[in-house]
Amino acid sequence: MSDRAGITRRGLFRGIGTAGLLAGCKPSERPPTTTDDPGAAASPGEETAVGPGPAPLSFTLNGEAKTLEVAPNITLLAALREQLRFTGTKVVCDRGACGACTVLIDGVPRNSCMTLAHDVAGAAVTTVEGLASGGKLSVLQQAFVRNDALQCGFCTSGMLMSCQGLLERTRGQKLAREDVEAAIAGNLCRCGTYPNVVAAVLEAAGGSA
Amino acid sequence: MQPFVLSRPKTLAEAGDLARAQPQDSALRAGGIDLIDRMKEGLEAPARLIELRWLGESEAVMRALGPDGEGLQIGALVTLAQLAGHEGLGEAYAALRQAAGSAATPTIRNAATLGGNLLQRPRCWYFRHADLVCLKKGGSACLAVSGENKYHAILGGGPSFIVHPSTLACALTALDAQVVIRGTEARTLPIAELFVTPKQDAKREHALQPGEVLVRAILPKPGAEQRSGYAAVKEKQSHDWPLAEAAVKMSLQSGVMTDVRVVLGHVAPIPWRSREAEAALEGKPASEALFAEAAKAALAEARPLRDNAYKIPLAQGLLREVLHRVAGVPLPE
Repeated sequence: MSDRAGITRRGLFRGIGTAGLLAGCKPSERPPTTTDDPGAAASPGEETAVGPGPAPLSFTLNGEAKTLEVAPNITLLAALREQLRFTGTKVVCDRGACGACTVLIDGVPRNSCMTLAHDVAGAAVTTVEGLASGGKLSVLQQAFVRNDALQCGFCTSGMLMSCQGLLERTRGQKLAREDVEAAIAGNLCRCGTYPNVVAAVLEAAGGSA
Repeated sequence: MQPFVLSRPKTLAEAGDLARAQPQDSALRAGGIDLIDRMKEGLEAPARLIELRWLGESEAVMRALGPDGEGLQIGALVTLAQLAGHEGLGEAYAALRQAAGSAATPTIRNAATLGGNLLQRPRCWYFRHADLVCLKKGGSACLAVSGENKYHAILGGGPSFIVHPSTLACALTALDAQVVIRGTEARTLPIAELFVTPKQDAKREHALQPGEVLVRAILPKPGAEQRSGYAAVKEKQSHDWPLAEAAVKMSLQSGVMTDVRVVLGHVAPIPWRSREAEAALEGKPASEALFAEAAKAALAEARPLRDNAYKIPLAQGLLREVLHRVAGVPLPE
């Protein structure tokens, strides 16, 4: 559908959404665009300060170096989705309770909604977009497809990252059902796909060992 | 969240100076799980977050996890995931390992720290709702008294009826931990003195002053044949706060229990050490009948609110289970 029309659902909303939003903003409510904190330069000792306005941030996203200007009160989740347009990572509870926003930070699964963007300065972040390579789904993603490990799909990108974290830290080890269950205990799936997720991860672990 | 400045001091002295300069308008941040949650909910809007994760090598003690003399030290920045997987927490300190591994979710445990877990604010829904009155927010009443109080205190309550939210606190209290605090001076407290009851001050749960930083916890050298254990009951297996917790420590020699500690969690505004249960067990041979007696004694003073009387048999059963497990006495069918 989207190919034929030359337009995507997200692209359409993005176009009309921001224009409408900015039109409705009083100038004082617009996000600040400069760092004008005098304290940042005048800090004592070795202490450094960031913000409150947007400040430069560099990190690695799915193997690629990224530099952007982001304010300290922006979460990693918001920066990924709204600034870098990596929308594979989902917003659900935004309070660290559901796991839909799980990403790997230096290989460790973390809730990107409870992480500030500036927390990942210099770190390597992997999102669901980083799993496939060369247009080919990863072993884990293929196992998800084969085992019907998703239904509505909203938890899937986070679920995949928790499972990817497990596979990376247990590489070469034999996994038990309990290992997978423990690894996904922070990922809520309202469709109840858990048994199929467990089967998919066990298959992927067997296949890559 | 309102805009704020992230300050990244290299030393605890600088961190303390920054916090004292803006006592009402700054917050110390470690893992930030509870802090960011409170800021998103509009409960707090500090103008400055003072980041402890960026402290330099001179403050390596904040990240230490290992032997301290004949005991064990745990830096405030050690994550719950590190604790849950730490092999140095053998049978003597098992309660702490089990507690750390049961809290929150695996992804939260990868970020949440010892210090943040101990110093987090209560999870009472009246406290957590920005628009509702609460003694802890300077209000005139505790709505839990006459409101929905299924998850509130049955022991030590009043005038506020929160339950202490820290899972590590329960285990660390049973293990006789001490905490090291650094402000303009350093001080070391038995962990029980870190916690503030609502009768002492309804607005706070810990005794730290502005600019003071919790640096580390120290577990004393284990007693002879020391063993310990922890368990919690929750409505869900994961993603949930305990309804009740129990942590037990004892030295068990020839079946006789000495140096017994019994602590209940999520039943009171502080980790609830039951000296009644300890007295019932101390110096006696472990047995099913004695455990039942001790569990009864632990809850004898409970005063439930409208919706939480269920916590009495729940906590009794949980305590018995942990005592059986720690002492190696088979559970009755």
